[in-house]
Amino acid sequence: MSNPVGAVLVIGGGIGGIQASLDLASLGFRVYLVESKPQIGGRMAQLDKTFPTVECSI
Amino acid sequence: MSDAGRHPNIRILSNSEVVEVEGEPGAFTVTIVRHPRYVEEELCTGCGTCSTYCPISIPNPYDENLGPTKAISVWCPQAVPKKAYVDRNACQYFVGKCTLCIAVCKNKAINFAQKRKRGKVQVGAILVATGYGLFDVSHGPWGYGEFKNVVTSMEYERITNASGPTAGEILRRSDGVVPDRIAWIQCVGSRSFDFGRSYCSAFCCTYAIKQAMVTKDHHPDIDTVIFHMDVRTFGKGFEDLYNRAKKRGIKFVRSRIPVLREDPETKDIVISYYDGERLVRERFGMVVLSVGAVPAADNLKLSRLLGLELNEHGFFKAPSLYPLDGDRKGVYVGGCAVAPMDVPDTICSAGAAASEVAELLAPSRGTLSVKKEYPPERSVEGEEPKIGVFICHCGSNIAGVIEVKDLVDYAWTLEGVVYAEDQLISCSNEGLSRIVDQIKEKGLNRVVVAACTPRTHEPVFREALREAGLNPYLLELVNIREHCSWVHSMEKEVATEKARELLRMAVARARRLAPLSEPLLKVDKRALVIGGGVAGMTAALSLARQGFDVYLVEKEGELGGNFRKLRYTLEGRDPQVVLERLVSEIMTNPKVKAFVGYEVSELHGFVGNFKTVIASRQGERVELEHGVIVVATGGELLRPSSYLYGKHEGVVTQLELEQMLSEGKIPKGVKRVVMIQCVESREPGRSYCSRICCAEAVKNALKLKELDPEMEVVVLYRDMRTYGFVEDYYHKARQKGVLFLRYEAERKPSVEPDGEGLRVRCFVPTIAEELELKADLLVLSTPVIPGGTAEIAERLNLQTTPDGFLAEVHPKLRPVDSPSDGVFICGMAHYPKFSEEAISQAKTAALRAAILMSQEEIRASGAVCQVQEDLCMGCGACVEVCAYGALGLEEKKKGLKKAQVNPVLCKGDGLCVTKCPTGAVTLQHFTDQQIIEAIDALTETKD
Repeated sequence: MSNPVGAVLVIGGGIGGIQASLDLASLGFRVYLVESKPQIGGRMAQLDKTFPTVECSI
Repeated sequence: MSDAGRHPNIRILSNSEVVEVEGEPGAFTVTIVRHPRYVEEELCTGCGTCSTYCPISIPNPYDENLGPTKAISVWCPQAVPKKAYVDRNACQYFVGKCTLCIAVCKNKAINFAQKRKRGKVQVGAILVATGYGLFDVSHGPWGYGEFKNVVTSMEYERITNASGPTAGEILRRSDGVVPDRIAWIQCVGSRSFDFGRSYCSAFCCTYAIKQAMVTKDHHPDIDTVIFHMDVRTFGKGFEDLYNRAKKRGIKFVRSRIPVLREDPETKDIVISYYDGERLVRERFGMVVLSVGAVPAADNLKLSRLLGLELNEHGFFKAPSLYPLDGDRKGVYVGGCAVAPMDVPDTICSAGAAASEVAELLAPSRGTLSVKKEYPPERSVEGEEPKIGVFICHCGSNIAGVIEVKDLVDYAWTLEGVVYAEDQLISCSNEGLSRIVDQIKEKGLNRVVVAACTPRTHEPVFREALREAGLNPYLLELVNIREHCSWVHSMEKEVATEKARELLRMAVARARRLAPLSEPLLKVDKRALVIGGGVAGMTAALSLARQGFDVYLVEKEGELGGNFRKLRYTLEGRDPQVVLERLVSEIMTNPKVKAFVGYEVSELHGFVGNFKTVIASRQGERVELEHGVIVVATGGELLRPSSYLYGKHEGVVTQLELEQMLSEGKIPKGVKRVVMIQCVESREPGRSYCSRICCAEAVKNALKLKELDPEMEVVVLYRDMRTYGFVEDYYHKARQKGVLFLRYEAERKPSVEPDGEGLRVRCFVPTIAEELELKADLLVLSTPVIPGGTAEIAERLNLQTTPDGFLAEVHPKLRPVDSPSDGVFICGMAHYPKFSEEAISQAKTAALRAAILMSQEEIRASGAVCQVQEDLCMGCGACVEVCAYGALGLEEKKKGLKKAQVNPVLCKGDGLCVTKCPTGAVTLQHFTDQQIIEAIDALTETKD
C-alpha cells in the first residue's frame, strides 16, 4: 500500500461518532462526519441528566 | 457537539447517507447522497423566524413527539448545524404551494428547488458508529398508546428536561396533574424471548434509577417504584448511585414483567405483580417503560455496503477480544453499533475503533489537516475597561427561573459595562460567533459570560476570546445555573437576586483582569506505559503502530498480568493464544522497549517533558524521558477470608476453579458444586460491584456442565449482572440445568464442613425458605480490588475513587483522561472489567496520548503563581506547602536565596500565597486586588 489517504469517514453523529471524529481530527486527520438526521448529537442530546453523577448531558 | 461543529478538520454532512464504497484500505472512494433540507446551510442563521410563521404544527421528534414543532424548524437550540430543516411530509409547499417561510426569511435561505446531491469523498478508512434503535413498545402488553399515562423512558427523559414539552414539569398526559406515584417497568423489550430480544440492554437499570432520582429532585413527595428482575448497576459509581437511590426512598420491587391495566375513571395505571407470596395490585399515577436497545435500522444495508457481518441479534459482529483482531481492512465499528452500552463504554469502544484508524493511517497523519489560525492578539494596555456581558438562558435551565431580561438591564448599570445581551444558548456555535462579533464590533476588552460552570465551559468561552483576538484571561465566567437557577429553582426571586449579586461581583473582578501569557512547551514524542498486562501491552502497541516510541514497564518477572491466569473465555476462545501474540509483538516491535521486572521509583517533570527513574529488583536504575504516561497497573483478585476459604480444601475461587477445569483437575467425586456471588463485595467497606464475576460464574458453570451434564451446579446470587449479550450465556446455563438461587445481603449463606464436603445453608426469598445444600466443591466469586493504585496515584499526582480505583476527569465523556495533564488511565486500575473492555479502553488511552504527542508544542496555564523577588526573603515556606513541586529556592547571590516558580508545574491553587509572610507571592488571575474588588462589590449596598 502506498501512503494511505489522510482522511476518515465517520458514519453516525452520536456521542461515539462525535468523540471519534474530534479525536481523529485533533490527531491530524481530515474527518467527514456523515449523519442521516438533519443534525448531529444522537440520543445523548435528548437526555436530561446522565448517570451516575446526575449531571447535565449537553 | 459544538466542538465538532467548530473543528477545522471536521466536515459535517448532515441529512446524508453513504450509498457506495469502492477501493481498498488506505484509499476508499465513498459516494454520499445528501438529501435536501430545503434550506441553504450557508445562508440560514438558525434564527427560527420561519418556524414562528409556519402554519403547520407537527409533533416534535426532539421531544419524542410529546410537544409541537413546525413543518420547518430547528431541531433544538444547541443543534449542530443550527440550521432550519423542512419536513417534506408535512410542509404545505409541496401540496398547496404555501410560501410563508420564503416571505419571512430575511436571508433568502429557503430553497424548495433543492435536489438530492451526490458527491464523492476520498478517505483512507471508515469508522461506523451508527448507534442503536429503541424497541417499539406499541405492540407489547403494556398498554402503550392506549393508556395515556404510560410513557417510554425516552419520553420521560424529555418530560423531566427543562427544555422539554412541559418545561421540566412532571405532568400526566391524561390531565396535566403531577402524579403522586410513578412506576418504572424494567426490561421492556430486553431479556425476553417473547419479543425476540434475549439480550440485556445494559444501561436501562441505571438510567431508570437516574430518572427516579431526578424525579425526587423535582418532587420529593412522588413515590417512585422500580419493578425489575435484577438491578444491574455494574459500572463505575453505579452501585453507589443504587445505594443513594435506596436511601432516598426509591423502592425496588423484584418481579417478572407485571401486568398493567388502566382505571377508566382516574386514568391511573393499576399494576399487578406477584410478590413471592401473593398477587399484589398497586395503583400508579404514571408508568415509565424502560425501553431497551435494538439494532439501528440501517445495520443490514450498511453491513452489505461495507462488507461487515452482523451477529444473531442484528448488531455488528465484534469478534471476542476484537480490537486485537484488527484485520486492517480499513472499516472499523464502535459504540452501540456493536452492542448496547453506556456512554463511557461507547466513548472507549468508538475510541478503540478510532485508534485502529489512526494506526492504519499513521503515515499520512497531518497531510490533509489544517491548523486553526487565530488573529494576532490585540493589546489592551492603557485602555479603560470596556466590558461586554452575555447572559445565557441555557434553554430554560436558567431562563425558567431567573429573570434574564431584568439581569441584562441590571448589567447595563454596572461600571465599565458597555454592552449587554441575553442569549438562548451561549455555548452554541451561534452564541459563540455572536460573542466574537460583538467583541470586534464594540471593541470590548473584557468579557463576562453569565452561564454555567467554568469546569466544563471556561475553555469554550476562552476560545471565543482567542478567535476575537483578545487574550483569553480577559474572560470572567459566572455560574448562575448551578449556583442560582438549579439550587434555588423553587425561589425565583431569590435566585434572580443572587444572580444580580454574582454578576456585580464578576463585573467588578473583570475590571481588574489582566492579560496573561501561557508558556509554550515542547513535547517529547515518546511514551511511558506503566503495567504490562493486557491493557498496558495493547496501549503500547497501539502507540508504536502510530509511530511513537514506547517504554513499557512491568514490575513482575513476565508480561501478561491477570490475563496470564485466564484459561478460556465465555465465547470459548483461548486467552493464552492472544497473549502469546501480544507478547511476541511487544518483543519484536522495534518501537517498543519493554522493561520487565522494573518498577517506577521516581517521577519528575510535567506534561510533554517527563523524566522517570525505573529500577529493577537487582537495583539497576534506568532514567527515561518521555512526553506522556499511560497507567495500566491493573487490579488484584481478592483472597477471601470468609466461607472457610483457606480452611477447607473444598473451597476455591472462580479463578482457581477455572485453572482446575483447564488442567482436568476436578476430583472424580465432585457431583455437587455451589457457587456464591458477591463474596466480600457490594457490602459496607467494599460497596462496588466487581462487574465481571457473574459472567465468570456462568462461564465456569457451563464448563462444569460440559464436563458432566449430571453434575448439580447451584449459583447463589444477589443480582445476576450478565449484561449485554452475556445474558444469552446466563440463559444457556439455566437451560443446561444450572440452578440460580437468590439470596439477600442481610441474610448471607452460611457454610460449614460436612465430612469431605460442605453444607451450605441459604435463605431463598423467592420461596421464603431456608435451603440446605450439600456441596463437594464451594466456589467463591471474589471481587477485583485495586492493586497498588494508592501508591501510583501519589507518585503521579492522580486521584482515587472512594473504592480505591484511579479517578478519571469526567466519568462520562473523558473516561481515560486523568486529572494530571499528560497522564492517561486504562484497564483494571480504573475499574474491574472484561479483557475486551480493557483492550478498548487501552486503545482509547493510546489515542488520547497520541493526540498530545502529535502536537509540536502545547500551552500550559497562565493562571500561575509569581514571585516578586524584592519582597521574597527566601524563607522557603512556599516551597514546603507546594504539593506539585512547582516552587524551589534559587541562590541568587552567595547566601541570598529567592523562591522561583516553575510555571508549568504550578497548578494555581494559591496555597503558597497564603503562606508567604511578606506577600511576595501572587497568584495571577486571582490577585488580592481582583478578589477584594469582587468582595467589595458584593458588600456595597448600592443597587
